[in-house]
Amino acid sequence: MSANLSSLLFLATGALFILALRGLSSPETSRMGNFFGITGMVLAIVVSILSVDIFFSNLIYFIIALSIGGVIGGIIAFKIPMTAMPQLVAGFHSLVGLAAVLVAVSAYYSPDSFGLGAFQNIKTASIIEMGLGVSIGAITFTGSIIAFMKLQGLMSGSPITFPGQHYLNALLGILIISLIGYLIVNQSTQIFWILIVASLLIGFLIIIPIGGADMPVVISMLNSYSGWAAAGIGFTLENTALIITGALVGSSGAILSYIMCKGMNRSFLNVILGGFGTDSSTSGTKEKTEQKPVKSGNAEDAAFLMKNASSVIIVPGYGMAVAQAQHALREMVDKLKKNDVKVSYAIHPVAGRMPGHMNVLLAEANVPYDEVFELDDINNDFANTDVAYVIGANDVTNPVAKTDPKSPIFGMPILDVEKCKSVLFVKRGMSPGYAGVDNELFYRDNTLMLFADAKKMTEDIIKSLD
Amino acid sequence: MEIDPFIFRLSIFILSIFIGYFVVWSVTPSLHTPLMSVTNAISSVIIVGAIIASFSSFEGGSISFSNILGFVAVTLAAINIFGGFLVTQRMLQMYKKKEKKKNK
Repeated sequence: MSANLSSLLFLATGALFILALRGLSSPETSRMGNFFGITGMVLAIVVSILSVDIFFSNLIYFIIALSIGGVIGGIIAFKIPMTAMPQLVAGFHSLVGLAAVLVAVSAYYSPDSFGLGAFQNIKTASIIEMGLGVSIGAITFTGSIIAFMKLQGLMSGSPITFPGQHYLNALLGILIISLIGYLIVNQSTQIFWILIVASLLIGFLIIIPIGGADMPVVISMLNSYSGWAAAGIGFTLENTALIITGALVGSSGAILSYIMCKGMNRSFLNVILGGFGTDSSTSGTKEKTEQKPVKSGNAEDAAFLMKNASSVIIVPGYGMAVAQAQHALREMVDKLKKNDVKVSYAIHPVAGRMPGHMNVLLAEANVPYDEVFELDDINNDFANTDVAYVIGANDVTNPVAKTDPKSPIFGMPILDVEKCKSVLFVKRGMSPGYAGVDNELFYRDNTLMLFADAKKMTEDIIKSLD
Repeated sequence: MEIDPFIFRLSIFILSIFIGYFVVWSVTPSLHTPLMSVTNAISSVIIVGAIIASFSSFEGGSISFSNILGFVAVTLAAINIFGGFLVTQRMLQMYKKKEKKKNK
């Protein structure tokens, strides 16, 4: 295939990927979008194969490699429970990162096949692009593995900090930039591998201090990194499809990170530096309020309140995902609707462990997406609502975010559940949320605490509704 | 003076960032998880690099180090491509409207 034709077809791949993302602007067009994405990918693979000199032996290994990957990917895609999506996406990011590293190493050792010059005599521009690609790829790889382990529970979700952490990271960052610069004058194998090792190390170090509930930002950020890594390799290989895709994915991840940070009213830097929710300053307020009385109720009380309400808003959080309560929740809502109760769902941008996490779980439980609302669209409705059913959410409902400038969550946009006539909190205990801040809503007269596992409580309410 | 092709690639890159910016802002927040899984799937287009590596002929026909790296990269990218698109498909199937449900 001529170079011009293949370039044009790679451009078409890029355009198809843009359409794939464009399709996601509404659920109706989204499936078509995914089809465009698949078409683009098939096109890219076919064009690449037609553009290289095929050796029979290599072709067999290639087909085996493709099949093994395809089977593993297919099995994962069908077996994975929806609650495990955050760790799946993190795991997938690590694979993109590692693939980028492998491609860059391969290009480093046989640059002639990639049209980049000779071994250790690679064109200056290409070696810089390769250095950037391999470095970002390595950071994405180890960073995503740590994120995966934290989300999967293989590693504690609490921030891991040690003295001098930021200095060490800064030092490694400077080292990486210097090494990429040094590759221009000296393309020795040692420098190249030191660059990879340093990048792997910093990927590990920048994710360990970030706590579990900040994972939406981390996953989005790693999503962005995997895009920039692909773009870096795209520049090295002078491939339009990779450059376009890398730019799309890079900006997509960056926007999601921004939305998530805004949802917590924290700067990106504040999230990245980590250690959130471990400050000793917050423990003082905890002790003070621990003695206050709370009203706790049982499933019958909750069922009675909701049955006699005319409108109910459900506020799901990470606790719903942990308890896998989405199906029970749906059943409860169906019962309520039979009693002519108007039910809608309110989703906070940072509810769960990744962007849109709650929406996917509700969709899995067959909740129609037009009953599910974002913060801005539903927040004014709480004042006219009888009952808010908060299931596994905490910090995102805490009014202290509006009232106490000293609180770590001050300024964070919250769901105004406090404006409802009554609030039901399904929670396992009185422990504060991720931010380590006590929720004063727990002690209000119109709040009823339901201490139980989210799924069990919801199921009990269903029984009481009969 | 002739323009370095790098400038063209850079232009494509910069303009694509803008396209990405506007397209992603128009994605509805309820589809942010499918957005992540599909961006993950498309970033596996890095497989084009893995394919070049798999067929690079550094040592004249026999399997070279670069080839092996290429095969491993193909496997990883394939996991992502199949896994990413299929899981996105699975998720998108679940997003239904009220009317549709009544028809069943």
